[in-house]
Amino acid sequence: MIPWGETRLVQGNEAIALGALASEVRFFGGYPITPSTEVAEILARKLPEVDGVFIQMEDEIASISSVMGASLAGARAMTATSGPGFSLMQEGLGYGCLAEIPFVLVNVMRAGPSTGLPTQVSQGDVMQARWGTHGDHPVIALCPSSVRECFDMTIRAFNLSEEFRTPVLLLSDEVIGHMRERVTFPRREDVRILDRPIPQTPKEWYEHYHPTPSNVSPMASYGSGYRFHVTGLTHDRQGFPTRRIDEVVEKMARLKNKIVRRLDELIEVKTHNVEKSRVVIFAYGSVYRSALAAQVMLEKKHKKVGVFRPVTLWPFPDREVKELLDEKDVIIVPELNQGQLIHEVERLTSDCVRILPVQRVDGYAITPEQIVQAALEVM
Amino acid sequence: MAAILPYEYKYLRAKKKFPHVWCPGCGIGIVMGSIIRAVDSLGWNKNDVMLVSGIGCTSRMPVYLDFNTLHTMHGRALAFATGVKLANPELRVIAVMGDGDALAIGGNHIIHAARRNIDITSIIVNNFNYGMTGGQHSPTTPVNAITSTSPHGMIEPDFDTCALLSAAGASFVARATVYHVVEMDGLIRQALEKKGFSVVEALSPCPTNFGRANRLGDAVKMMEGLRDNSVTAVKASGMTPEELAGKIVRGVLSEREAPEYTELYRGLCARVQGARAEVAP
Ligand SMILES: Cc1ncc(C[n+]2csc(CCOP(=O)(O)OP(=O)(O)O)c2C)c(N)n1
Ligand code: SF4
Ligand SMILES: [Mg+2]
Repeated sequence: MIPWGETRLVQGNEAIALGALASEVRFFGGYPITPSTEVAEILARKLPEVDGVFIQMEDEIASISSVMGASLAGARAMTATSGPGFSLMQEGLGYGCLAEIPFVLVNVMRAGPSTGLPTQVSQGDVMQARWGTHGDHPVIALCPSSVRECFDMTIRAFNLSEEFRTPVLLLSDEVIGHMRERVTFPRREDVRILDRPIPQTPKEWYEHYHPTPSNVSPMASYGSGYRFHVTGLTHDRQGFPTRRIDEVVEKMARLKNKIVRRLDELIEVKTHNVEKSRVVIFAYGSVYRSALAAQVMLEKKHKKVGVFRPVTLWPFPDREVKELLDEKDVIIVPELNQGQLIHEVERLTSDCVRILPVQRVDGYAITPEQIVQAALEVM
Repeated sequence: MAAILPYEYKYLRAKKKFPHVWCPGCGIGIVMGSIIRAVDSLGWNKNDVMLVSGIGCTSRMPVYLDFNTLHTMHGRALAFATGVKLANPELRVIAVMGDGDALAIGGNHIIHAARRNIDITSIIVNNFNYGMTGGQHSPTTPVNAITSTSPHGMIEPDFDTCALLSAAGASFVARATVYHVVEMDGLIRQALEKKGFSVVEALSPCPTNFGRANRLGDAVKMMEGLRDNSVTAVKASGMTPEELAGKIVRGVLSEREAPEYTELYRGLCARVQGARAEVAP
């Protein structure tokens, strides 16, 4: 089913489906929407071969809900969506974060707002991914820039979701999703698949949210003989609703700390010549590819620029941006939106650094030439 | 006050979660009792029972019961339950929902769960309004009834829940009232036993909101209303439409045999794997 170790021409969305199968996904609940549908279509074909469940639900709210039900019953579960579907999933995403349910949510970003440009690319959901749910809690979001990364990062998303007991977002975009590239798949033995921590305690002592040093509690599944309660109400260690201040504070702190205390495991950035350059391009997703091309084009004109790419978008790589970008003359921030991560870069750099936006919201990719032109204006 | 029988204790998170949140005179606890007795009469192991709910007074029920319990989002009980059931078909899945939960915000999910005929038992506690949020109108609020969001009288027609879900494809549809408790025990038991999507609509007083707004008297008066205004399906079959006007019909209202979804899905997996085995070298 997975072409381990082989070289193939693969589409980005297909690589996500293959990455999910490599991660032993056993439940997909989704609702068709361009440009993410291929993920569902491929899993509809493949999951029955491994006794996994594919179900097309009646809408995206049902999809994310079914995924959480399946995960609580012990299945590795995921959904994939785009644009309006991502909006519909927000309440469920918040539920998953609070109730600490592992699953992967793929959002192949398309241009909005509303139905927008359904077949065209955007990076308009980066802030929605961070702040789209009501309430207040951290999230994990990864952002691929190539087809091979779609495969690898889906596996990583599953691993993180199981290990951290939380939903993980994979923020792809239409260009990456529909692009085809030559991919050499890793060998089976080089890929690690992690499982959620399972309880060792006797059943009568089990607490679904037992405090641990890592802040991640071992997790039993429905039907395993461990009987427990799950609710979207703020709850105590056993999962029962509480309004006791000490218990509420403990819960909220745990949700935060399980992520912010393990940034080293979560944060990934890629840098190219950043240290040696006065001008740096900050780019992610499909735009990162244009940034790399722009870097080469500028080099031919004897202009040296660096490229900084956040691979983990959330939690944001604050420390890395501060350390590597704060002393620069210019940071060029090309984004397929009207300015989202640029504000994070601004927040982390001093006023002496000039921040130059290159933005596009017409549904087309940012070209290397656009970035080159912006760079030449300041160099 | 009815005595709590020892076997009921076996199913309650008695030490941890009581007192409960429900108002004096509320009917939801009676439905909970019926569920306990129905499960007990079937001899099911608590480990195999999965109780899922949405949000509302009714949906608070799972926290009190010592099953596998899942209190989800408003309207989404059946969507979560579908995932649980498909991931672990051995679980006996019950969804409890209010009328708003099941038929307004969750209306899309319930018709599709019925259409798929997935093996889940839905218990809808119909108290004709949104109890939890203070008595707003719901899809089952009768015409002319007063609620806090129909202060001049409800002008929208109400759903016939049982007819709706029967038409949508449910395998078993029944209506009960919390006055006719023994009957309700039996109907819930039948629904639990039925393979496929089964529904029991349990009519229940909300004296705090619906009762007060419509001057229906106290909880006892409202219970008497359920007694006096309802007839069994058997009796109803011999009555004229004129005689039946304004009457609540209780009992099994529809039943059919149809393939169940998780079994169909397993069949599909076997078919796909068989076909692959044939083409394999
Ligand atoms: C998405 C969402 N919208 C609205 C609410 C507020 N809300 C909570 S319970 C409820 C209605 C409950 O009525 P019903 O389902 O009939 O249950 P009852 O309380 O009557 O048992 C509403 C509107 C919510 N929790 N979530
Ligand atoms: S508000 Fe109505 S439905 Fe809710 S607990 Fe009180 S009586 Fe019952
Ligand atoms: Mg109600």
